[in-house]
Amino acid sequence: MMPSSSGGSWKSSGAGDGGVPDQFPAGLRVLVVDDDPTCLMILEKMLRHCNYEVTKCNRAEVALSFLRENKNGFDVVISDVHMPDMDGFKLLEHIGLEMDLPVIMMSADDSKSVVMKGVTHGACDYLIKPVRIEALRNIWQHVVRKRKHEWKDFEPSASADEQKPPEEPDYSSSANEGHNWKSTKRRKDEEDEAEEKDDSSSLKKPRVVWSVELHQQFVAAVNQLGIDKAVPKKILELMNVPGLTRENVASHLQKYRLYLRRLSGSPLPGGMNAGFMGGPDAGYGSMSSLNGLDLQALAASGQLGQLQPQSLATLQAVALGRSNNSKSAIPVPVIDQRNIFSFENPKSRYSEVQSQHLNNSSNNSSKQINLLPGIPTNMEPKQFVSLQQSGQHSFGSMNHQVLIQMGGQSQTQSQNQVQSNTNAHHGLRQPVLSNDMLTRGGVVDVSTTVYNPVVSVSQASSLVDFSMNHKTDSSGSSYPLGGSLGIPNVRATSSALQGDGNLDTKVSGRRIVPSYDVFNDLNQNREWGLQAVGLTFDQSPHSIQVGLDASSPLLLQHNRSSVSEMGGQNRILASGKVIFSPEVEARTHHNGSNVGQQRNTYVKTESHTDGSFHNTLYSEQYGQDDLLAAIMKQQQQGVGQPENEFGFDGNALDDLPV
Amino acid sequence: MEVNHTKSQINFTRNSLFEQGYLDEQFTQLEDLQDDANPNFVEEVVTLFFSDSTRLIRNVDTALENYPLDFCKLDDYMHQFMGSSSSIGAKKVKQECTQFQECCKARNAEGCIRAFQRVKQEHATLKRKLETYFQVSL
Repeated sequence: MMPSSSGGSWKSSGAGDGGVPDQFPAGLRVLVVDDDPTCLMILEKMLRHCNYEVTKCNRAEVALSFLRENKNGFDVVISDVHMPDMDGFKLLEHIGLEMDLPVIMMSADDSKSVVMKGVTHGACDYLIKPVRIEALRNIWQHVVRKRKHEWKDFEPSASADEQKPPEEPDYSSSANEGHNWKSTKRRKDEEDEAEEKDDSSSLKKPRVVWSVELHQQFVAAVNQLGIDKAVPKKILELMNVPGLTRENVASHLQKYRLYLRRLSGSPLPGGMNAGFMGGPDAGYGSMSSLNGLDLQALAASGQLGQLQPQSLATLQAVALGRSNNSKSAIPVPVIDQRNIFSFENPKSRYSEVQSQHLNNSSNNSSKQINLLPGIPTNMEPKQFVSLQQSGQHSFGSMNHQVLIQMGGQSQTQSQNQVQSNTNAHHGLRQPVLSNDMLTRGGVVDVSTTVYNPVVSVSQASSLVDFSMNHKTDSSGSSYPLGGSLGIPNVRATSSALQGDGNLDTKVSGRRIVPSYDVFNDLNQNREWGLQAVGLTFDQSPHSIQVGLDASSPLLLQHNRSSVSEMGGQNRILASGKVIFSPEVEARTHHNGSNVGQQRNTYVKTESHTDGSFHNTLYSEQYGQDDLLAAIMKQQQQGVGQPENEFGFDGNALDDLPV
Repeated sequence: MEVNHTKSQINFTRNSLFEQGYLDEQFTQLEDLQDDANPNFVEEVVTLFFSDSTRLIRNVDTALENYPLDFCKLDDYMHQFMGSSSSIGAKKVKQECTQFQECCKARNAEGCIRAFQRVKQEHATLKRKLETYFQVSL
């Protein structure tokens, strides 16, 4: 077993040292938090059996103080959800903000809503009790994955060597991930070994540990600048911490914003929006403040579920109207890894889940934000990456902005985002959003010109990405839709759409057009099956509305394709919106229940329709609503019930077969 | 009492616990964790469970005496109880806990009280059986 190095981080013992490779993840330093002494004892024993170093504690406060006192003293935290002194999710948030360690939640409660909450709060995994030792053996992957992403984030130059162009963090596809990860890891290990990674070496550190003091400095700098104007560069300057890079600050800022959003609980705090939106910096493409605010407000207030379609419409209108002057601010929040879920929630059909989330935390806002910009932020890390990447690339600067914003920075940033999302690896976090975005969220974006393509693409990509990513590297290729389409293409399509009676005229008018192309591409890609999904989003600006709302009512509203019709079989659905196709099912299987299912539905639809359907799609107003509806329906197996089932969790996206 | 229990007898006792549904697969996980370094691991965990759950039972009993019943709190207690019961593989106890939670959700006070009686019964039965089992096997 590899003892924790003095450097404080556990490195894979295998690769680095010439030691016994088989012992790789041995020595992983785990902190277990559970108020139940029986469970705690059992977990400790199980983890020891996995050759991990275990520290247990039965109180969240104690756990936090352990973590604060031993910066870099732990690699991963496992925490119970229900604890008397502090809610497990709260602990999760704290850890995420202060230490940025991967956190695994566990509970005897396996209801979707709680699992979703874990996702939105940024947990990188969720275990159902009773926990089996098999489930614990693989927790090291979360650590490695997170490190890998962080490493990439912090050392873009370094990572670039290893991976493809910086924009493409390995999270794009699992396949890539495997590669990159290995190379990254190896590289990291080498570096670690060579340099004894320690906190003082700033640039080399793969992960910046945001200690309480550092975080305080950060918050002070942010407050001083004003949340609206707080851009990484300025924050960095104000903080004046040697060795801290702008990327570090940027990603932390994103998280912080999400965190604030959640705290505020109420929609749209002006500040919050501003925070998200503001950012004149390139990274944070802020949308026109109005737009962003509106959206955010809506999002925030929203509880997406509650957002009435009108709200969404309003948002969209705003977005559209503004069109994107700037990178929509909204995207920013979304990018947050944790947000990924947030988006989803609001969007997701899980109306109940959403409301919970919404009500419970300000996640909604963050979520919503994502929705609007259409930033696929949530998408599974992999997918996101691809989405983002592709979305970014393809859509031109604006889109980029949006996407990038998520990352808060340039593309790399977005990558970071994605990466972070990837951390979620399970897709818990991210994928959700993206999915939502696609289905629902995508809608939102659609309205914005800029976003449209992005939105659709991202969405589609998210859906598609899953599949695509696998196939291609996220770098852009994965997101074929976005990139190739470009807006011009889209336009062409849109006109076609216009011709279509079904299509909303609005749609045609809207920029959404680009999305159509995307869809086309998607369709062509068929392989993804998701294609259809992507299409839907773009199609109608209306859809955006719906998308935001995730709640079923919206979806239904669109009705054109009426969710019910979509049933998955409908052309409409098939056309790609729904992508419910059964094929997806197979793929999605993971995580989860709903998510997988939903995806399935998505995919299915795709399969049914042929490429031809995309045309159909366009013509019909698939709007996201439809899509959503369809999806929901599929899942529900009945008429679309916008329920949670719909959850396009990021997870689901992950599963999307390539 | 100095009875020399043969291995097969011990196994028989153990297997019957599984067959009768008192224990499930999770208990096997615990047994797998037992090794030379911790030869009494299973017994230690089980002992810990019973002492902790006794405290929980007392809390629930107290809560059941306060009318109107606070179903949220009861559900919460039961959730904890379920978590630890399931972690040692106490199958029947867990099942009764689920019943109790159903009653809580339905806000059925009578049902809750009855369900909890059964929880306590199963809990006591399992405790007895496991104590016997440990005596013979150790």
